Amino acid sequence: MRDIHTSAITDAVKKLCMEANWNLEPDMLRAFDRALGRERSAAGKQVLQTLKDNAELARTKRIPYCQDTGMVVCFVELGQDVHVTGGGLYDAINAGVSEGYKEGYLRASIVRSPFDRVNTGDNTPAVIHVDVGPGAEMKIMVMAKGGGCENRSKYKMHTPADAAGAKDFIVECVKTAGPDACPPLVLGVGIGGTFEKSAILSKKALFREIGSPNPDPALDAMEKELLEQANRLGIGPQGYGGDTTAFAIHILTYPCHITSLPVAVTIECHAHRHKEATL
Amino acid sequence: MSVTTANDGIKDLSTPLSDQDVASLKAGDRVRITGVIYTARDAAHGRLAPLIEKGEKLPIDVRGQIIYYTGPSPARPGDVIGAVGPTTASRMDRFTPALLRLGLKGTIGKGYRGDAVKAALREHQAIYFGAIGGAGAVLSRFVKKAEVVAYEDLGTEAIRRLEVENFPAIVLYDCHGGDLYQEGQKVYAREGA
Repeated sequence: MRDIHTSAITDAVKKLCMEANWNLEPDMLRAFDRALGRERSAAGKQVLQTLKDNAELARTKRIPYCQDTGMVVCFVELGQDVHVTGGGLYDAINAGVSEGYKEGYLRASIVRSPFDRVNTGDNTPAVIHVDVGPGAEMKIMVMAKGGGCENRSKYKMHTPADAAGAKDFIVECVKTAGPDACPPLVLGVGIGGTFEKSAILSKKALFREIGSPNPDPALDAMEKELLEQANRLGIGPQGYGGDTTAFAIHILTYPCHITSLPVAVTIECHAHRHKEATL
Repeated sequence: MSVTTANDGIKDLSTPLSDQDVASLKAGDRVRITGVIYTARDAAHGRLAPLIEKGEKLPIDVRGQIIYYTGPSPARPGDVIGAVGPTTASRMDRFTPALLRLGLKGTIGKGYRGDAVKAALREHQAIYFGAIGGAGAVLSRFVKKAEVVAYEDLGTEAIRRLEVENFPAIVLYDCHGGDLYQEGQKVYAREGA
């Protein structure tokens, strides 16, 4: 057993929330550069250059890259030999969100109920997913998930015979997201499992490094094929027209029932803010 | 006339806008906006709507003005405002025609809008501008002054009066039916999508 005190968890989450909003990860900055190299549209290039400048300004001035500093989605990979001391794990994570958003001048964007819409004031609670596995470490992965793109995320159950339809659905999601979701987009796709499993996979898929290959060669080929199709739509940066509609499509799969082919697509904007730490 | 074309081809606008100013703008025009603009998003529109329905006075005079759909992040000490990029405009579609009827001349946001808004832009001579979504840090640099003028309890969703200088935007929908999204995307769409 290894003890990890909740104060260490809170500190880590606090830093991850602030850093995610100020410092776009290098994988995204490289994606901007690659896109600038091939984008034909002048308006599209101008958008991409502005977004690079925006990332630099956010980093140096410590102001958020986007005013929508997101809902915090937190994945925890918890080693089963870890013993959390000093309080509850979920409370520790939410305390980190609260401190990070207040001290970092990040926007409070969460309302306590979908209907009375009263702001909680500190961007809590986070959406927290915990996976327990072997080991004595705790990996904390934080994403500041923007609302505009989240609103364009979609879910559909396909029939097992309709794998082609499942692929078309993913490209269709890019089309319907359009400029509302702030392209160039990143798509997290969860295929298989059950209704909720595929949705969670679609979020987790977003943590893979942008531009890295899927470890499964068949899925890697599918990702590349779908990305090529998405970028043929012509939507372009901000929807002004262009070649760069999506930076990446990441797929995670899970075994599923003989009757099912669930597909969940999380739409993520170019403000793809993700950070992780291991305790 | 508060629209002039600069040497770099970008149109400089100063608010308030007249019908003549609006008519001179075309989808795809890049603009720099200087003057006062007002922020309002979902919750503020929700409060304006019943006032308009009852014919009551609004907390801001919208005639000739531009509403920017944004909810800024908090300002750091010494800064005018935090990050201040546009939010998705279509959520405000249900409120927009009534505001245009009252004389609002422009909105700034991102994303597609519905047919009713497009028709109202033509009928009432108004523009839908786009600012670059997600460029909240860069856009904050063009805001020289910010103050809450209504609904302070709404926090980020309060109505703010912003004084902006050379705020960069693009004409997404003009008052003649022009639509940058349609025109721009058509050029780059390829077979096999």
